[in-house]
Amino acid sequence: MENLNSYLIMSAILFAIGTIGVLTRKNVIVIFMCVEMMLNAANLSFVAFSRHLGNMDGQIFVFFIMTVAAAEAAVGLALIIAFYNNKESIDVDDVSIMKW
Amino acid sequence: METLFFLIISFVAIVSAILVITCKNPINSALALIMTFFCLATYYVMLDAPFMAAVQVMVYAGAIMVLMVFTIMLLNIRVDSSKKHSHKLVFGSIIGFFTVLNSIIVIVKGRAALPTGPYSGEMIQKFGHTELIGREMFTNFLLPFEVTSILLLVAIVGAVILAKKKI
Repeated sequence: MENLNSYLIMSAILFAIGTIGVLTRKNVIVIFMCVEMMLNAANLSFVAFSRHLGNMDGQIFVFFIMTVAAAEAAVGLALIIAFYNNKESIDVDDVSIMKW
Repeated sequence: METLFFLIISFVAIVSAILVITCKNPINSALALIMTFFCLATYYVMLDAPFMAAVQVMVYAGAIMVLMVFTIMLLNIRVDSSKKHSHKLVFGSIIGFFTVLNSIIVIVKGRAALPTGPYSGEMIQKFGHTELIGREMFTNFLLPFEVTSILLLVAIVGAVILAKKKI
């Protein structure tokens, strides 16, 4: 097993790349994938800490995060399809009805 | 040897993660994301968590990504090159850079607590990871486990209602 720090740094890098993706891309589906990547980065540090501390709680949390991500994927993709049916586009710049 | 392996996997993970946010076509992004998920599954194996690795491959690389690829192909987005694909690139990059800088400073300067729990490497070898996860989940975490089923029910109902023709 590598030391804990390398896993945490790897997790931080993946999280930062996901953040950049969410802030810069326009395509809703790509933004959605970047959110999944950020969730995965959090999962990696959960598992690394769990292994380091000898405690299974972190891995149970990873399990729940995966469940939430699956639910989020189902509802989010349904929302994207509904949005596409209304606007014929999946560009986030077109979702500005509620902006005042 | 293990350090070299870790570095190779890290390289593949970072390159595919960068591909996710740079590819113009969403299908290519999805394939790169699957590669990232496989790298994370490899990390879980290296962290003595083979069950998490299996779940990662089945749920993320299997179920969620198939759903996404289905959606991308269902929408059949025409690629128009006239519009810009991204905006606020400098702003986003600065935020991401500071995120990673801040995290690395905290990680390098800080010190993690010493191992306190009962699950050492020998115990995982002896009982098997799946059994330990199951034991923990169906005793201490039984209530959250049941609440998760309600969450999934809500997600199913929500997805069905949103998929109707008129909302």
